[in-house]
Amino acid sequence: MRFRLVATIAALLISSPARAEQLLVAVAANFAEPMREIAAQFERDSGHAVRLAFGATGKLYAQISNGAPYDVLLAADEITAEKLVEQQLALADTRFTYATGRLVLWSAQPARVDSAGKVLAEGDFRRLAIASPAAAPYGAAAMDVLEALGLQHLSERLVRGESITHAYQFVASGNAELGFVARSQVYRDGRWLSGSGWEVPAELHRPLHQQAVQLSRSRDNPAASALLDYLRQPQIRALIASYGYGVSP
Amino acid sequence: MSGEDLGAIWLTLKLATVVTLLLLLFCTPLAWWLARTRSAWKAPVGALVAMPLILPPTVIGFYLLLFMGPQGPLGQLSDWLGIGLLPFTFSGLVIASMVYSLPFVVQPLQTAFEQIGQRPLEVAATLRASPWDSFRHVVLPLARPGFFTASVLGFAHTVGEFGVVLMIGGSIPGQTKVISVQIYDHVEAMQYGNAHLLSAVLLAFSFVVLLLLHRYRKGHLHV
Repeated sequence: MRFRLVATIAALLISSPARAEQLLVAVAANFAEPMREIAAQFERDSGHAVRLAFGATGKLYAQISNGAPYDVLLAADEITAEKLVEQQLALADTRFTYATGRLVLWSAQPARVDSAGKVLAEGDFRRLAIASPAAAPYGAAAMDVLEALGLQHLSERLVRGESITHAYQFVASGNAELGFVARSQVYRDGRWLSGSGWEVPAELHRPLHQQAVQLSRSRDNPAASALLDYLRQPQIRALIASYGYGVSP
Repeated sequence: MSGEDLGAIWLTLKLATVVTLLLLLFCTPLAWWLARTRSAWKAPVGALVAMPLILPPTVIGFYLLLFMGPQGPLGQLSDWLGIGLLPFTFSGLVIASMVYSLPFVVQPLQTAFEQIGQRPLEVAATLRASPWDSFRHVVLPLARPGFFTASVLGFAHTVGEFGVVLMIGGSIPGQTKVISVQIYDHVEAMQYGNAHLLSAVLLAFSFVVLLLLHRYRKGHLHV
């Protein structure tokens, strides 16, 4: 009886479809929401099981270079994927831009920010939140915008969040009247979720290419390349765009 | 080490000193009450004091951000008083750090007061010492080891504070960017060399201070 039970369980384990792989994906925090949706669809379509780990790209990088068991990284920038490839921790030919971040100037108050962003130059605010320029690409991009507009003197009013999520919390809680945040945080299907904002023209700052890469340790995991291919599918790109990201045509 | 690193060290020392002094002032009566009272409020107040130990620091920081924000009760009060909002200011950091380090100061004091017991106070009272007199000349000297531990723990805990300051500080150099946030920034920017150096300085400094304090304690306190 007992032998039968063991044999049944063993048979079940062995006979589970060979193609269904486990996938652990490290995802930059700003892409958490769309990725949850994409992962669910991918699981349905491919039969692979996906687990997601969210974090700031810098932290994910530190984890990966110290042996974290991720299969795929969706970073918030280009440089991290590039570095991992250089260190042979990631596969060079798998690297591609899955989304382009768009920066917006946003306030939790309706009608506070005009559609041309004049509120910045008028200076009628106390605090302007940004993500840390040293650590977060969106922070560096925000500094580019201030410089391009000749508004460097506003740096006295800057408060820096450790990540773009954190900068968003500063603004959403009203502690900072204005902030540079990611459009994906405040925008859905072509409209502001709340508050008011200005879509910063992309030419005012460095491009926010977010790159994905397959990590070397999962070279032989077919699910990893399947996921990267999946991110290039038209319906997935449309989904990414609906979250306020740019996608290259 | 850059000027910003040095600024962060100085700011941290200033913050920890101010917080420790204010906490000693505020916690001495509170701990005294907790040690003496038979009120039914003793247990709930004692539990409330320990709450900052339970919540993760970033979560405490997040709620303080809401509490001090324009919609929060403290934010509305400080705004009404004309102080403005507290997040992103040094005063805001002081208040937040006091919440965060509160149990580390209250609990050693409370234990010290409890250990003194009734007896020395009764003796003092028979010698016609006023309550204030006996507090100054009996309780304070007897509770010195408790004050010592409370100061060291409060100071050290504030120096090592990270999550709370990160949430409400806004990383303004010279105002809210303390050493732990500065180290974190270096790590996030992958400037590991600067991070190691600053961490080493922090550890070495703290070690020396704690060592000196324990030496002092051995020499001057009979415990």
